[in-house]
Amino acid sequence: MARFRVCPDSGFYFDKSAESLMKVNAVAAAVSLLIAGIMALGVILTRWQEVHLLPADLFYQALTLHGINALIFWIIFFEIAIMYFAASTLLRCRLAAPKWAWTGFVLMIIGAVMNNVAVFQGRSSVMMTSYAPMQAEPHFYLGLILFAVGALIGCFVFLGTLVIAKDEKTYEGSIPLVTFGALTACIIAVFTIACGAIILIPTFLWSIGYINHIDAAMYRLVWWGLGHSSQQINVAAHVSVWYLIAGVLFGARPMSEKVSRSAFLLYILFLQLASAHHILVDPGISSEWKVFNTSYAMYLAVLASMIHGLTVPGSVEVAQRAKGLTKGMFEWLRKAPWDNPVFSGFFLSLIIFGFIGGITGVVMGTEQINLIIHNTIYVPAHFHATVAVGTTLAFMALTYLLIPVLFRRALFLPWVAKMQPYVFSAGMTLMILFMLGAGTLGVSRRHWDMDFTGALLSFEYPGTAYVMMAVAGIGGVLGVLGGVMYLVVTVGSLVFGKKLDESAGFLQSFGLPLPAATYNISRADPVPMAPRLAVEEHGSAGFEAPGTFVLAMALLVCFVVYYFINWGYLASVWPLS
Amino acid sequence: MPQEENLQEPERIPFFQRLLENPFLLLFLGVVVPTVFYILWGIMEIATIPVAQ
Repeated sequence: MARFRVCPDSGFYFDKSAESLMKVNAVAAAVSLLIAGIMALGVILTRWQEVHLLPADLFYQALTLHGINALIFWIIFFEIAIMYFAASTLLRCRLAAPKWAWTGFVLMIIGAVMNNVAVFQGRSSVMMTSYAPMQAEPHFYLGLILFAVGALIGCFVFLGTLVIAKDEKTYEGSIPLVTFGALTACIIAVFTIACGAIILIPTFLWSIGYINHIDAAMYRLVWWGLGHSSQQINVAAHVSVWYLIAGVLFGARPMSEKVSRSAFLLYILFLQLASAHHILVDPGISSEWKVFNTSYAMYLAVLASMIHGLTVPGSVEVAQRAKGLTKGMFEWLRKAPWDNPVFSGFFLSLIIFGFIGGITGVVMGTEQINLIIHNTIYVPAHFHATVAVGTTLAFMALTYLLIPVLFRRALFLPWVAKMQPYVFSAGMTLMILFMLGAGTLGVSRRHWDMDFTGALLSFEYPGTAYVMMAVAGIGGVLGVLGGVMYLVVTVGSLVFGKKLDESAGFLQSFGLPLPAATYNISRADPVPMAPRLAVEEHGSAGFEAPGTFVLAMALLVCFVVYYFINWGYLASVWPLS
Repeated sequence: MPQEENLQEPERIPFFQRLLENPFLLLFLGVVVPTVFYILWGIMEIATIPVAQ
């Protein structure tokens, strides 16, 4: 039975079932991003003390909605779409168990709606972490559990598709690196969801009265296995997206497949352990546990990120130099397609993730200097650099790539799309940098009122902290504007974008397959094994990517300087003799 | 000549490559390592805190 179509522009194969599932998951992700973005505006305009938009109850409600929709629903819906793409399209394989995949999707939708309804009703403003003994309504937890079960089904459909691809020999050699990265994301997702089940099922039973006590320390420990690892799925997924975009735009191949795969293996083994940095000031857990899980094991995951941070731009540089852009250190970068939002989104995501998210992540993961900024607004600044810019911007860039290929529509308002990665990343970077500064001055995260109005134990922040939060507010508003531009382009493309295929109608944009005749291939040609690259050979001619090496050295210098500044700062606030 | 080629032993796949090509072994490792070092070790630490009198 014919089930595949080939995109005439990209040459990608799409399995009929997988294609619809990719579309509906991507659309659900965009809806979640819309809710997250609206709530972000409420949060940032309240933390900007001169504006102080929302009253306390609405602020915590908006913060809960923003956190869960941005960090869980937007990201995981999109990642399921990426996993189906990486398994089915990149391996030219039919999707395993499409009915189960649809069941998983329906459960995710029910879960996401149920959870959002619980928060909108106003009695579940417990923020994303929902720390016990703070209690939400039962359907808050049940929604998350259903969503997690649906996502787990998606993971097993992905794994099943890998098995089918191997059995039916749809590829030669090893699975492509991008699929391997998606496998890494899938494995981390399974651990994440298992942690979620371990902690959220008893919490749900506690909320309906079957269990009378949830231990707060135990909750925090296991919940962070879910809360932080879910963000590590993002890292593996967006690194895969970087490799994909580098390959599609430049024909770039990883500088060394072996090294890149080994780096993904380090993610599989150690990335989830970074969850421990949330527990660094918790009493009751030994320094041995804290030091092993952060200052030793986590560095192996950091090493992996540094490898990807070197090989992804390095592969682009090698590909660009092969096209003759060899002048100086940076002609390859200067003459890159900066007006193409796929490239600009990808490259800005990579730079901001590495320079801001990576460096601040190591600072937060070091037990001693973590004390300076623990639970301050520095923490959300860090994860906005990793997730909001690193992951979200990479996913936005991928969307611009996939709208013509998957949805068969041209981009709506392409000039808006061109500007969008710059507006979004400029706004977010401004917000992040000033939140980092305010956090270093001690400004708390998740705090409605910096003035401590009416508090018995008040505190007066320096004036600089207020200025920094105001500038962060301006950056945040600009970031939200960048998010609006993304949604205008993507939704506009699906509804009003020029049809690249006559049959790509309105309903087809939202999951309905194209006409049956479009799927005219019953068995795709196997994915050929890529030839060995010159740079992979032993003793190849020198270092092939000097510009990337300079960028990596700049990152190293920034890291070392910033790291020791923090140690100096710690010494000044905590004098020891 | 073709017969000689057939008689040659198939190329031995290195252990590391076999590891990387087995998704279920990777899944096992990716769940067990953090479960042992993060979850179980952490739970043991909390569970052994003496109860306040």
